[in-house]
Amino acid sequence: MTDAALPHAAVASTAPARRDFGLKRRHAAERRFRLYGVAAIVIGLGFLAVLLVSIVGKGYTAFVQTSITVPVEFSAEIIDKDNERATNPRVLVSANYPVIARNAVAKALGVATDDKAAMRDIAKFVSDGSRSTLREIVVNDPSVIGTTRNVTLLAAADIDSANKGQIDLTVPESKRKVSDRQVAWLDQLKQQGAVSTPFNWGLITFGASSRPETAGLGVALVGSLYMMAIVLLCALPIGVAASIYLEEFAKKNRFTDFIEVNINNLAAVPSIVFGLLGLAVFINFFGLPRSAPIVGGLVLTLMTLPTIIIATRAALRSVPPSIRSAALGIGASRMQMVFDHVLPLAMPGILTGTIIGLARALGETAPLLLIGMVAFVADRPTTPLDPATALPVQIYMWANEAERAFVERTSGAIMVLLLFLALMNLAAILLRRRFERRW
Amino acid sequence: MSLESAATIAAPVSRPNAPPKMQGEKVGVFYGEKQALFDVDLKIEQFNVTSLIGPSGCGKSTFLRSLNRMNDTIDGCRVVGKITLDHDDIYDPAIDVVELRARVGMVFQKPNPFPKSIYENVAYGPKIHGIARNKADLDEIVHSSLRRAGLWNEVKDRLQEPGTGLSGGQQQRLCIARAIATKPEVLLMDEPCSALDPIATAVIEELIDELRENFTIVIVTHSMQQAARVSQKTAFFHLGKLIEEGKTEDIFTNPKNKQTQDYITGRIG
Amino acid sequence: MSAGWVVAIVLAIGALAYFFAAQRARVQRDGTDRAKEVPHSLPTYHGWLAFIFATVPALLVYLVVSSVSAGLLDSRIRSEVTAHIADPAAASLSIGIVRNASNALTQLDLSGPNVPTSYAALRDMAKSAGITLADSGEDYMVPLAAGVNADAGVHKLIGQGLTLLLSLAGAAFAYSRIRLRLRARNQVERVVLCSLLGASTVAILTTVGIILSMLGETIHFFSEVDPLTFFFGTVWDPRFAAAGSSGSEGQFGLIPLLMGTLYIALVSMLFAVPVGLMAAVYMGEYASNRVRSTVKPLLELLAGIPTIVYGIFAVVTLGPFFRDLSAALAGGFSFIQAQSVFTAGIVMGVMLIPVVSSLSDDVITAVPRAMRDGSLALGATRSETIRKVILPAALPGIVGALLLTASRAIGETMIVVLAAGVAARINFNPFEAMTTITVKIVNQLTGDLEFNSPQTLVAFALGLTLFTLTLGMNVYALYIVRKYREQYE
Repeated sequence: MTDAALPHAAVASTAPARRDFGLKRRHAAERRFRLYGVAAIVIGLGFLAVLLVSIVGKGYTAFVQTSITVPVEFSAEIIDKDNERATNPRVLVSANYPVIARNAVAKALGVATDDKAAMRDIAKFVSDGSRSTLREIVVNDPSVIGTTRNVTLLAAADIDSANKGQIDLTVPESKRKVSDRQVAWLDQLKQQGAVSTPFNWGLITFGASSRPETAGLGVALVGSLYMMAIVLLCALPIGVAASIYLEEFAKKNRFTDFIEVNINNLAAVPSIVFGLLGLAVFINFFGLPRSAPIVGGLVLTLMTLPTIIIATRAALRSVPPSIRSAALGIGASRMQMVFDHVLPLAMPGILTGTIIGLARALGETAPLLLIGMVAFVADRPTTPLDPATALPVQIYMWANEAERAFVERTSGAIMVLLLFLALMNLAAILLRRRFERRW
Repeated sequence: MSLESAATIAAPVSRPNAPPKMQGEKVGVFYGEKQALFDVDLKIEQFNVTSLIGPSGCGKSTFLRSLNRMNDTIDGCRVVGKITLDHDDIYDPAIDVVELRARVGMVFQKPNPFPKSIYENVAYGPKIHGIARNKADLDEIVHSSLRRAGLWNEVKDRLQEPGTGLSGGQQQRLCIARAIATKPEVLLMDEPCSALDPIATAVIEELIDELRENFTIVIVTHSMQQAARVSQKTAFFHLGKLIEEGKTEDIFTNPKNKQTQDYITGRIG
Repeated sequence: MSAGWVVAIVLAIGALAYFFAAQRARVQRDGTDRAKEVPHSLPTYHGWLAFIFATVPALLVYLVVSSVSAGLLDSRIRSEVTAHIADPAAASLSIGIVRNASNALTQLDLSGPNVPTSYAALRDMAKSAGITLADSGEDYMVPLAAGVNADAGVHKLIGQGLTLLLSLAGAAFAYSRIRLRLRARNQVERVVLCSLLGASTVAILTTVGIILSMLGETIHFFSEVDPLTFFFGTVWDPRFAAAGSSGSEGQFGLIPLLMGTLYIALVSMLFAVPVGLMAAVYMGEYASNRVRSTVKPLLELLAGIPTIVYGIFAVVTLGPFFRDLSAALAGGFSFIQAQSVFTAGIVMGVMLIPVVSSLSDDVITAVPRAMRDGSLALGATRSETIRKVILPAALPGIVGALLLTASRAIGETMIVVLAAGVAARINFNPFEAMTTITVKIVNQLTGDLEFNSPQTLVAFALGLTLFTLTLGMNVYALYIVRKYREQYE
């Protein structure tokens, strides 16, 4: 209130008799009260800022990955010593590719391959994932055997950390994971222009892995996608149908009241209870597989239903009664009234509510832990019945990993999750803006 | 207020021997426990305009809404007595209320076009009742309904624009076009001009007079002048009872009942 | 023919029925004079009615026959196996083996005279086809499995024949009764209405499902552990036993978990309520429109952040920060542990700020304007009006809102799983770790579980306790809030 700041003393002096309202004290109290309000908001927003800054600050480096490009000699000696690939193609699959990778890096660094100690350090220099990188090249095109070509290999997680400057080199060498020699090699390769930090596509394509540099959200993203699809396919029709019944057809009676009480309570039931329900009913009773997106999707459907029902009913209620009487007045049945007029008009509100419900379901973790989505799944699921994880569960699993590089990936994964949530909420806001109707 | 002159504008077209199109016998309406309408007996003559007048809360709208069972949409509403349409009891369980409303159409107090195109507004009724057999048929119905509602010239170039973009008077004529597109036998109008300005009102009143050729019309109105101008028969309601009914000119020039007299001279209402 | 095919064929029959019925209705309609007789329903409604007649009864019968068949086969296996083995545990194992054997026979496409006579022979055949069967099967199981398969085949034939027949009959019936005056629309709409009603009972079914499933397992749990030692026990030590060994008894005392839950909820409420309430008051009474329209959505962002993110924030940032801060304050000794009631409570409090502020905003705006104007007109300052008039008037509503918030805090899982710790103990120092009911539910049910041990069943007892607790709070809170709203309506 602006008049609180006026100089009251001046006003008072012109008054005939001066009465004491304790104004000074009261205005001080007023200012204090206001300050509390400001403080509350600052605290809230401050935490928001700290939270986002800490996550982005820790996570943004996860989106690049140190890679080393070196000439790799696909030595026939190592891959296919007995030259039997024509008859037995399996030799190409089981060949000792790590040695090839190691030799290539050693050559680039000018290290002799018979220096056992140095080779051990080099082995820890490139990611174990180079095995599959090289294998893929050879299996796809066996003619590379015996030739040399430039290949980009992932650096091991510790080297990646060192390259990103996350390793404190003042710590004694024995207490850190990267030796001085490896740091020197990294610098040497950098000077050769062999080190690059491209965008880390692996973060969103790879499956589970115990090595941070080859661990990704691929399985989790597919799992979450399946679950969202199931939630959308189940919760939207059921929720809309239930809302239509309650809002347009139900008579006011005990049964209707009972349904309403149920919906309101389900909206407030702790999410973990839905996980117990899923475990007992879907997995134990109906025998659906553990860790499968279908079970997760069904559990999240039940959780999301109340949100969708509440939003849909509000949207239906906001359609003015005059539209209903107009339709009835020319002889539309109630069903025709609802499906031809009321529902289309309520659709933007329904979709907005649905997107918000989906966003909440996407971030939900606790019930998924109970139905076994905490699993080490390396291959992307092809159907909703295959084992998978979910985005927030993957975050939880990475948070429990000890290695430093997983901290960065955890925060990176959170950024991916928050990005999806932001996009969904943005879509909801735009939808509301675009179709908002004032009656 | 020149009641006499106003009353003479509407030429009486009473055909005393023709059977009534609709007839109410001892009609009563309850909202829950409360009775809102008591023992109304009223005949609605074919191809006439019957106006229902009376102070607010007198039950005239309630009676009107019971003629096409719009009261069904209100929870706890109950109708007793008998209302017939061409001798069929419209509250008979065998009657499909949807079919009834296709035969007894309604225009509401506030214009309530659907938030769809003008064309879609008018075409909706014929579509759901299967009146049109093909697109050409439907076009013809839409065009003729708009023409009859006197809206054609104003909207013929913008049939695909939303009906909600029209002015209030145009919207109400659109609603009338929408109602007559299903070719109802009776058209109920619940204070159709109360939300409109005087010029738009005059247009609608003229329209009502023309529509009388093909439709039986029942209109609820607050304005006695309007009743006098458009109707051939008038029924006066007070406190849920039908006080007096008869030819419009008789009611306005020579009311038999004291309450009617008080109302038309402005002492109650 | 698989179930998918049956459904597809029935749907195809329905589609044909739709098409022909609509066509017939159209012909009838075009053949009559509207002036004489008015058709009741549009041709599409006749079509849909035929579709419903062709599909709904048929699919319902298919469902019934399938589940009855499953029950019959199950009871046949059970009765024959228990005739051979008396011990229930061994019998349930054998029943599993028979089921696998019959699946293997189906996959190998063996029936009648081709069925091997010994279990070992079957196992070898299965193995060469890449199907692994348990070693411990016996020979009597093979003919049983084959017999079950034969039964299943007969049932399947009956079910599918009946279904298809019924579908065709329904279609024909619906087609034959098409008349101009048939109220097809009303009948279709009745079916639609029934499905709408069905959809709205899902909420009831969910609640019933929650209660029944948890109650069943809880009763099971209480048959092994005394309810008194569960509800009043002060030691939580479930001791995961190795599978099979039944010697090691755990202790399942609820009290330490309940105390931890309530303590953390209390800390979070102590933080969230003043902040959230003051934020709501400031935004409602003082803030300019511009400030409100930017600050409010920002605060609501806090509500949109998944709780797992809060949990990780607590573990990675806030917990270490408090620990280092306390170490700096106390000269080296960190009296706040990284995982502690305090950290978990503060982070949960941050999560609850928008909950408190939006709930109390609703409540405060429900106070009639006239009350506020009356106070201001007497010369009260704004804060006096808020403190002495609005807040007391809104008090019941605020209490309801706080109850709802508290129930959120009690049921919250991910933050406490990550930030509170797993040590179940009774302790009043907020700077040390305690654990909660939800943490223990997660602990007991993640990893490999053996479903019938008290170690896993206790999770359902905990869940039921949690559900009852929060349900009570929610019902009471919603009741208060409704009463409060009615008062001003």
